[in-house]
Amino acid sequence: MDFYVAAIIQALCFGPLVIGLFLSMKIFNIPDITTDGSYTLGAVITAVGLSNGYPPLVTLFLAMLGGAFAGGCTALIHTGLRIHALLAGILVMTALYSVNLVLLGRSNLPLLGFADIFAGLGLFTRTDDNTLFVLVLFVVILLFAMSYLLRSDFGIALRATGDSEPMIRAQGVNTTRMKVYGLAMSNALVAWSGSLMAQFQGFVDINMGIGIVISGLGAVIIGDTLINFLKVRAIPPMLCWVLFGVITFQLMLALALDAGVDANLLKLTTSVLVLVIVALPRFGGILEFNRR
Amino acid sequence: MLQLQHITKIFNTGKATEVTAVQDVTLQLEDGSYTVLIGANGSGKSTLLNLIAGTAYPDRGKMLLGAQEIQRLPDYRRSQWIARVFQNPLTGTAASLSILDNFRMAALRKSPKLARLGVDGTFRKLVAEKVATLEMGLEHKLAQPMGTLSGGQRQALTLLMTVMAGVDVLLLDEPSAALDPRSAREVMEIANRIIRDHKLTALLVTHNIGEALHYGTRLIQMETGRVIRDFDAVAKSALDHAEVVSWFDYY
Repeated sequence: MDFYVAAIIQALCFGPLVIGLFLSMKIFNIPDITTDGSYTLGAVITAVGLSNGYPPLVTLFLAMLGGAFAGGCTALIHTGLRIHALLAGILVMTALYSVNLVLLGRSNLPLLGFADIFAGLGLFTRTDDNTLFVLVLFVVILLFAMSYLLRSDFGIALRATGDSEPMIRAQGVNTTRMKVYGLAMSNALVAWSGSLMAQFQGFVDINMGIGIVISGLGAVIIGDTLINFLKVRAIPPMLCWVLFGVITFQLMLALALDAGVDANLLKLTTSVLVLVIVALPRFGGILEFNRR
Repeated sequence: MLQLQHITKIFNTGKATEVTAVQDVTLQLEDGSYTVLIGANGSGKSTLLNLIAGTAYPDRGKMLLGAQEIQRLPDYRRSQWIARVFQNPLTGTAASLSILDNFRMAALRKSPKLARLGVDGTFRKLVAEKVATLEMGLEHKLAQPMGTLSGGQRQALTLLMTVMAGVDVLLLDEPSAALDPRSAREVMEIANRIIRDHKLTALLVTHNIGEALHYGTRLIQMETGRVIRDFDAVAKSALDHAEVVSWFDYY
C-alpha cells in the first residue's frame, strides 16, 4: 500500500510540472524540451539553498526563479533568433546540464538532515502524511492560481497567442513577449516540481531530469484525451483533468513496477506507456475517442 | 487621414528573384472615406495592405496617420488605430477561445491585458447586445468556441470585433473571397454598415468587380506596384461592370 501512496506523492510532486507542460504544449503549441534541464535546475537550486540554511520557502522561490530564467532563455532564442522551439529547448537544456553541475559542485548530493518544505507544518506524526498534506495544499494553490491567471485578460491573451498569432497581434498583443512570459511561467512550474521531488526523495542527482518531459507528456495526453472526450471547455476542470492524468500515469507506472518490471527498465516502460497513450486515441474506433 | 508618401517595397533585394511589389506609391485616404482597391494578382494590393497594417515595413517612404509617422511601428502597436479583417475567416479569430474571450481581447485592443478577470456579467451583456445586431442568433452562443462557427459567422464577428474599441482605419483584405455568395453579401453589408456608423476610414481589397462598384466612395486600380487608375465617388458611379473588367485585359 505504501508503494502506491509513494506513487501518489510522486504524482503530486509532478503536479506543477504537468500544468507547466500543459501550458507550453497544449496552450502554446510549443514542445518545450527545456523541461528536462529546468526540472534538475529546480532541484539543484533547492539543494544548494537548503544546504546553505535558506528557509524552504525562499529556496522554492529561488528555484522557480531559476526555472523562469531558463524558460525565458528558450523563448528568446526561439523568437529573437527565429530558431525552432524544439532546437531552442534542446540548446538550453544541454547548457543547463553544465550550469547544474557547477551550481551543485558535484554530481549528486543527499539532502537528508536538512529541514525541508514538507516538515514545515508538522501536523501529523507520520512523514508521509505530512508530505501528502503539504503537496495537496500546494496543488490546490496551484489550481486556484492557474485557473485565475488563465481566465484573466492576460491569460486570454496568452491562450490566443498559442491559437492564432495574427489575430492576437491585431488586438495589440506583442506575441514575442507573450511567449517569453509563457515559457518562463511553464518552466518556473517545472522547477517547482524539481524542487519538490528533490525534497521528497531526499537527494539531488544531476541526471534526475532525463526523460522527465516524457513522463509529463504522458500525463498531459491522458488529461487532454479526457478533456476532448468529455468536451471540457472551462479552464478549472481542464487543469483538474491534467492533474488526474498525472496521478493515473504514476499509478500505471507503479502498477508496472509492482507487477515485476525490472526497475532498470523504468524509462523504457515510461516510453512504451506514453506511446500507448499517444496511440490510443488513434486506434480508439471501438472506444469512439475519435468521434467528433 | 492616412497618408502614404512615396512608399516602396522590394522583396529579395539584390537576388535574381528581386521583385518590386510596391513602387513609389503616394496616396491619401481621407477620414471617413471608403476606398476600394482592385488589381490583378501580384499587382501589389496585398503588400500595400500589409505595409499599412505593419506586418511588413516599407523600404522607402513615409506613412502618416494624422500627424504621426507610423511606417516603423510594429503591427501590434498600430493595431490601436488600424483594424484588419483577413481573407481567411479562420485568421481573424482564435478558434479555441470562446466568442466572449475573443471579444474581450478586441475590447482591450488599446489597453494592456492585465491579470484580472474582465469577462463579467456586464461585459457579457455588452457583447450580447453587439452580437445581436448581426441577427445571426449568436448572442445565445457566447460561450461556444469560435472554431465551431461557420466562416461567414466568424467573418461577421471579426468585423464586429474591430469596432469594440474605437479604431480609425479598417483594412479589409478580400473579406468575402472565402465565403458563399449569400454569406459574402451579408458580410459586405455588415462591413458597409460598420464603416458608415463608426465613420471609419476603410480600404477594401477585392477581386469581385460587382463589390468594387457597389461599395465605397473611391476606386483605385493597382498594376505592377503602382496606382494606375483613381476614381472619386462621382466618377466611380458612372463606371460599368464590363468597362472595369476590360481594365484587366491589357495583354
